[in-house]
Amino acid sequence: MNELILNIAGVNKRFGGLQALTEVGIKIAKGQIVGLIGPNGAGKTTFFNVITGLYQPDTGTFELDGKPYSPSAPHKVARAGIARTFQNIRLFGEMTALENVMVGRHVRTHQGVFGAIFRHKAARQEEAAIRARAQELLDFVGIGQFGNRTARYLSYGDQRRLEIARALATDPRLLALDEPAAGMNATEKLALRELLVKIKNAGITILLIEHDVKLMMGLCDRISVLEYGKLIAEGLPAEIQKNQAVIDAYLGGAH
Amino acid sequence: MALLTFDTAHKPRQSYASMAVLLVVMLIFPFVASQFGNSWVRIIDMALLYIMLALGLNIVVGFAGLLDLGYIAFFAVGAYLTGLLASPQFAALLESAVNYSPVLGDALVALFGESIRTEGIHLSVWFIVPLAGLVAALFGALLGAPTLKLRGDYLAIVTLGFGEIIRIFMNNLNDPINFTNGPQGINLIDPIRIFGVSLAGEAGSRATVFVGGFGIPSVNAYYFLFLLLCIVTIFMTSRLQHSRLGRAWVAIREDEIAAKAMGINTRNVKLLAFSMGASFGGVAGAMFAAFQGFVSPESFSLTESIAVLAMVVLGGIGHIPGVVMGGVLLAALPEVLRHVVEPAQQALFGKVVIEAEVLRQLLYGLAMVLIMLNRPAGLWPSPIKEDRPLAATDKDEKEEEAVA
Amino acid sequence: METFIQQILNGLVMGSMYALIALGYTMVYGVLNLINFAHGDVLMIGAMVGLTILHLLESAFPGLPGGVQLALAIVGAIPVTMLVNIVIERVAYRRLRNAPRLAPLITAIGVSILLKTFAMMIWGRSPLPFPQLLSSEPIMIGGAVISQTQVLLIVLAVVCMFALALLVEKTRIGRAMRAVAENPRVAGLMGVDSNRVIVTTFALGAALAAVAGVMWGANYASIQFETGTLPGMKAFCAAVLGGIGNIYGAMIGGIVLGIIESLGAGYIGDLTGGFLGSQYQDIFAFVVLILVLTVRPSGIMGERVADRA
Repeated sequence: MNELILNIAGVNKRFGGLQALTEVGIKIAKGQIVGLIGPNGAGKTTFFNVITGLYQPDTGTFELDGKPYSPSAPHKVARAGIARTFQNIRLFGEMTALENVMVGRHVRTHQGVFGAIFRHKAARQEEAAIRARAQELLDFVGIGQFGNRTARYLSYGDQRRLEIARALATDPRLLALDEPAAGMNATEKLALRELLVKIKNAGITILLIEHDVKLMMGLCDRISVLEYGKLIAEGLPAEIQKNQAVIDAYLGGAH
Repeated sequence: MALLTFDTAHKPRQSYASMAVLLVVMLIFPFVASQFGNSWVRIIDMALLYIMLALGLNIVVGFAGLLDLGYIAFFAVGAYLTGLLASPQFAALLESAVNYSPVLGDALVALFGESIRTEGIHLSVWFIVPLAGLVAALFGALLGAPTLKLRGDYLAIVTLGFGEIIRIFMNNLNDPINFTNGPQGINLIDPIRIFGVSLAGEAGSRATVFVGGFGIPSVNAYYFLFLLLCIVTIFMTSRLQHSRLGRAWVAIREDEIAAKAMGINTRNVKLLAFSMGASFGGVAGAMFAAFQGFVSPESFSLTESIAVLAMVVLGGIGHIPGVVMGGVLLAALPEVLRHVVEPAQQALFGKVVIEAEVLRQLLYGLAMVLIMLNRPAGLWPSPIKEDRPLAATDKDEKEEEAVA
Repeated sequence: METFIQQILNGLVMGSMYALIALGYTMVYGVLNLINFAHGDVLMIGAMVGLTILHLLESAFPGLPGGVQLALAIVGAIPVTMLVNIVIERVAYRRLRNAPRLAPLITAIGVSILLKTFAMMIWGRSPLPFPQLLSSEPIMIGGAVISQTQVLLIVLAVVCMFALALLVEKTRIGRAMRAVAENPRVAGLMGVDSNRVIVTTFALGAALAAVAGVMWGANYASIQFETGTLPGMKAFCAAVLGGIGNIYGAMIGGIVLGIIESLGAGYIGDLTGGFLGSQYQDIFAFVVLILVLTVRPSGIMGERVADRA
């Protein structure tokens, strides 16, 4: 019914003696919010790193929006249309919030040395457009008033928002968020939930790693579950909640 | 630094006023200093060249965060290129080339004309300077390429190694084909000629340049040229800093992985940093060769690379006014010391207790250690873009680090 | 063939020197992740102090056998270099342990300049002759020559390597060093006083530098305030070649680099059709460094370190 934004299959990844991922795949339809959960060490971030080009998989097929893409380098993946945030926030600490988001526009703009030095009309226009869009995105995620603050000095929750704004600046087809709610209290999580729904309504597909089960259940259209690098369940949130294998994984049932 | 500010983004009127004041001072300086002899202006001429170098290195170390300990290699490339193409050296090269391979020798003569056998090649400054910039940029990319995956200390040592390799080549590339004339270096390099006027003054004029009836000392003429070049360099690097490319450089410096994830092709952007930085070094090198009239490998050793790095780091890393200040302090200081300290010791103690050279090294070393321990961002770092009190932030930072 | 053996021997001698110096680099890098840029200059200080001791012995106790003089010079130089290194660590490096990479590097360069300047002030700028202590009677090995001093150098390097390896693997302080090298914070939580470990590491490195310095003087008969700089850098290249942080690696890297330099200088003329000659010898160390870091950054003995995003 809905076309697939992301279609990944058969990913294997080995680190020395450790098989981190075994035949992992995921299908995400356009406009959905899909969750990826699993106990610590299950391989969620590793999978993220593979699909965004940070790690090279041993095997796997990768399709974005119907076209195959090669996750050989992170910047190519960003250009193709997947943007991500990181488990341990990776902002450009010494730049202002606005500048951070402006960096996000890099991949969709192209002025180089000539434009930088001579600032001809096209360069000036591009720069103004970058600045305007960055401010728009800051407003969109709710930290519009902090544009001129050095990123390092933002509060934790605002830093998370900033990272999302920066990722959105790359005009992604798929937004991949790695534990965006980590370290947040209930109020902040509610605000995050609202933001994610807002992003979904703007037409951007989201893939989400999270530990907060309640948050995931209320938010996601579908959920995949990883354990020890293998996919042990996939389906609607209600199904996942009742899935015995999932319950065992989290509660350590059969081990 | 409360009186002078160059923060055009936040304090435009004060900044432009500061710049105007500084410009006036710089323009008047040589006429005042000339009253005391040529040496002060000559010192500032060299300082201006070093400031250009520091600004070029600032792109690599300050903006992009790439530790380059071999930067002087690009200065050397520009200088030796000028030496080769604007002096009798090419004749010597030709002679050795002919000895080594007559075919090569004949080809070169066919290309450049018979006169190069005796006089060498003498290209004009308008040709050499852009060429020096380009060739240096090429070397920048070449030397930068193997370092792209290296971090911190390793990057520093590899660039140091490259600097040493270039120096060793400059010192030894006189056999079988005489490119660099070995340890003796290249002499009789043409001075700069602008619109027919030689900046070294015509023969017999005692190094005076005549412009429309007025005579100014040669060092003053070079002063204005170098000042202009410096201003152009400041302008260009400032524009680069506040641009899409400049932001990409800082992004790589702050977090390379995040930069990649945001679509920045870090390999190309880093190579651009090396190239652009190197090109300024090359142009400065060409100027140096023409100004001094000779080049020798001694001017391009690790000591010089470290001196330029010190100007950037101690002055204010990544902050153009700081780098300029660092350049002025570290280039002019040794000369000031020589002129002031030794006579002072003589007067006070009756003899020179510490030679100026030794004192200079001592201060250098101390400056590096003390400034890194107390103000690691340099004496005049970038102003912090903060609009709330800093008091609360250190504690917040530590909490964040614990959680994240 | 004789030339070949001679070159191998020369390489072995030079390599042993590099190995001694590299051991100091590799140990400090292991615990602190810091290239102690000033290490080569500590070697120079060791050589200078050794020379001073020799002069004192000459005037106070003339006629001592050369071997004894040499031993005393080394034994006397060691405490001085240890003190120098300990002071450097305490004053210049300790506060910058968690600083971004640039600050400790610049500080180390500053320390290097200061050491050279102090040496210049104390011992002057001109090269100083080092007396002939051991017999200059050459020992013949398969048609090639080697001196007693050079044999001693090789022996000392090997002994030091084994002694260090023994220390690191079998003793308590050695275990502590390995723990701090792996993970300083956790080592601290396990009760290891990382400051004490780091000071010990610096002291040991200095001792090795003193040995290397005095032997340098004995072998090359002349020392100067700049003596330590280039060998120091080359020894770092050797440490990387062997696998930084690994003691056996430092030894292997040193020997291999020494031999590469020696053979390279000997054959480079033939290899490049006369274009490059033996005067380019100094570039080998850096070329090796660049190749190692490009092709196999962990070095000969090192382990691959994965990079977690």
